[in-house]
Amino acid sequence: MGSGAQKSAIKIELGRRYRFAASHRLHNPALSEEENWHFYGKCNNPYGHGHNYILEVLVSGKVDPATGMIANLADLDGFVEREVLGPLDHKSLNEDVEAFRSTVPTTENLCVEIFRRLKPFPKAKLERVRVQETSNNSFEYCGDNPEGFER
Amino acid sequence: MVLLTRKIEFAASHLYNNPGFSPEENRRIFGKCNNPHGHGHNYTLEVTVAGEPDPITGMVLDLKELKEILEREVMQRMDHRFLNYEVPELAGQIPTCENIARVIWQLLDPKIKQGKLHRVRLYETPDLFADCYRNGSEGVKA
Repeated sequence: MGSGAQKSAIKIELGRRYRFAASHRLHNPALSEEENWHFYGKCNNPYGHGHNYILEVLVSGKVDPATGMIANLADLDGFVEREVLGPLDHKSLNEDVEAFRSTVPTTENLCVEIFRRLKPFPKAKLERVRVQETSNNSFEYCGDNPEGFER
Repeated sequence: MVLLTRKIEFAASHLYNNPGFSPEENRRIFGKCNNPHGHGHNYTLEVTVAGEPDPITGMVLDLKELKEILEREVMQRMDHRFLNYEVPELAGQIPTCENIARVIWQLLDPKIKQGKLHRVRLYETPDLFADCYRNGSEGVKA
């Protein structure tokens, strides 16, 4: 099952990819109409628009020798479903998600919100979330861990 | 510091079963992966090496050499194999993505002489992967 020395020499993370679809509108009520249009362009369209988001969740921890796993996928999938996919999939981020009543649902802020929701996962340590908004844009957040991006 | 990544794909079968668990526990913990006849995946392996480009060749390491190392250490060992029974390095371990990635790291690390192995990422499916890094020296500021 590998010696203790080998285990401590290598850090292992488990990555899992999920998908959800949601709509949003980038608009800050503190800014004028012109300023909103200037900052957000098409994304400021009053009726909103949507994306197929891809969410990547990375967790770390000890690989349990009995199961070979950092975390059981069923536990991780269930937690992500309950905390993120259920509340966000096929929703309007602005209207249906409390956090975006006071912040603009950019994908930067979405990363932070998803990280906040997943941080309490009890079976492993949340290292990083990455959210792909389109095939050309993606965003990553690792909380306040200053070493999180050094890989 | 420059990071260089090479990707290879291999196909292999495996099953998850811990003889220390009862058949019911194995089914509960491992689900479909406990099917006694096994099942398979197309694995994608990304190997990243960190180093300074050589001033003469401009290379962190010779890609041809890396390709040969991957062929010898990974492809010949794992491609079109049943991981539980045919890969001695995995004997006694559950061949999860985490454990296979760790074995690949342990096989490659001593063989890479130019530059330093930085990351092993193994995809079991496009939606599931494991990353290995050197613990405690992950400060490559790419």
